Amino acid sequence: MKAMVYRGPYKIRVEEKPMPKIEHPNDAIIRVTTAAICGSDLHLYHGLMPDTRIGHTFGHEFIGVVEEVGPSVQNLQRGDRVMVPFNVYCGSCYYCARGLYSNCHNVNPNATAVGGIYGYSHTTGGYDGGQAEFVRVPFADVGPTIIPDWMDSEDAVLLTDALATGYFGAQLGDIVEGDTVVVFGAGPVGLYAAKSAWLMGAGRVIVIDHLEYRLEKARTFAHAETFNFAEYDDIIVEMKKTTDYLGADVVIDAVGAESDGNFIQQVTGTKLKLQGGSAIALNWAIDSVRKGGTVAVVGAYGPIFSAVKFGDALNKGLTLRMNQTPVKRQWPRLFEHIQNGYLKPNDIVTHRIPLEDIAEGYHMFSAKLDNCIKTLVIANPS
Amino acid sequence: MPSTPYIANKPKDIPTPEALRARIPGWGVDLDPKDRPSYPREVFDPAGTGAHWDYPDEQQGREGRERSIEHGQLTPVFGTSAPLKGVSGSIRRYAYRYGEGRAAHWLILLLGDRVDAWGAHAKSFATLRPDNPITETGVLAEGRRHGIASRVGKRRVDVNHQWLDPIVVGGPWVAATAGAVLVARAIVRRARH
Repeated sequence: MKAMVYRGPYKIRVEEKPMPKIEHPNDAIIRVTTAAICGSDLHLYHGLMPDTRIGHTFGHEFIGVVEEVGPSVQNLQRGDRVMVPFNVYCGSCYYCARGLYSNCHNVNPNATAVGGIYGYSHTTGGYDGGQAEFVRVPFADVGPTIIPDWMDSEDAVLLTDALATGYFGAQLGDIVEGDTVVVFGAGPVGLYAAKSAWLMGAGRVIVIDHLEYRLEKARTFAHAETFNFAEYDDIIVEMKKTTDYLGADVVIDAVGAESDGNFIQQVTGTKLKLQGGSAIALNWAIDSVRKGGTVAVVGAYGPIFSAVKFGDALNKGLTLRMNQTPVKRQWPRLFEHIQNGYLKPNDIVTHRIPLEDIAEGYHMFSAKLDNCIKTLVIANPS
Repeated sequence: MPSTPYIANKPKDIPTPEALRARIPGWGVDLDPKDRPSYPREVFDPAGTGAHWDYPDEQQGREGRERSIEHGQLTPVFGTSAPLKGVSGSIRRYAYRYGEGRAAHWLILLLGDRVDAWGAHAKSFATLRPDNPITETGVLAEGRRHGIASRVGKRRVDVNHQWLDPIVVGGPWVAATAGAVLVARAIVRRARH
């Protein structure tokens, strides 16, 4: 089968790989129809995530058709169209039993600090991902869900991570009616977080980025006020000014490890890999939220230490909330919101490319060319 | 009169719920914090996950599989994307002697990643498909996807550091080549004497 494979920092290609096999009785093999490139895939692509091995296939956002199931699988059969949460999880460990699916303890031998994720290095378990024609999906009775007939395929693939994560980020903010919510990052997760903040009763939603075309999308798609931080000497001061010097009630970091805005953070965090990523968005979140406010983090960071302004967080009495998203917990409510027309996930899709072009797709997304916001990868045209 | 936060009132420029509901589709449908999918954070419901086991069957091929020393056992299920092998595999296996709280664990893993990449590049030149920096970096997208127009006049902050990317990618190769040339010259010089 054809699959995207990692060849070292900034280098990937499509290769012929052996077909994935059933390795556990509750495995399924999925023929991938559509996958997506996620902003957090760029951390792997740039060599930021420890234990990213040559030959590894990325891709944790994908949908497809069941090709084969293991002997203990009860809920799926060959031919089912399924959407697969980016979490690999068992459904029965201490954490899964409590709904913390992204923190599963039974699927990632390589680390205890993170659960299992498809196509996200051996630090998250060493599972090949879905930017391929076929992929192994463990615990087929737990994670995958049959795509409802009414659901658009592109919406389904966006539900496997980006939309669920944006919505989860807004929940982590514990938004109450009338809150001012600031979202750092106008990428897919930030756009969905901004949109979700309104559903939870925000009174103002402000999105910050330096890419004007993405801020335009934040205004039209997410009805948000926008600030281009490149236009201001100090974006924190602007946030204080626009909130009567109070600060925002809730700030969501939807950027993560490769945030821009500080050259030293960028060089030490993403070029030299001396931190778990550039922490500038997180620091701006801490500094722009009001005292006693909440900072929600859904942008991904690596496992190495980062230069975070923890003293400010302490002295301001902040609540910091974060996690990888337990995706499937979000789905029933998000299905309702899509059916009711409150959310139109695929409005942010800007590019659709064949698997063969994935190297250029990564470069385009990484370098932010061609007004790219979200790129879908067509692995097997259906 | 001073404004918030120098007085107790909340900021005054927040629109009314009616105005927001009229402008934003779905505004407030998830207003109740206790009626959101991730509330409360932990919900004990082992029967609701679809799992029909108390502990999963154990996957085969467990011998030699590396694991964090912070795990009490090898997990019953694990990925098999790229098993440890060669020099990079030895480096990575050494990294797993350290716990996740130690910088050594992660920094040695990063070293293993770089050795893995250098080895794979070198090996590729002995195959019918050597690594191709043009196609594998996707740099041709610069022409096809408006590389210049996407950057010029846009006040993009990332342009300040993107020039470092070719150095990050190509720097080790330039250094390795220079080192090889110096070593070769030294050998030749010694042979002449």
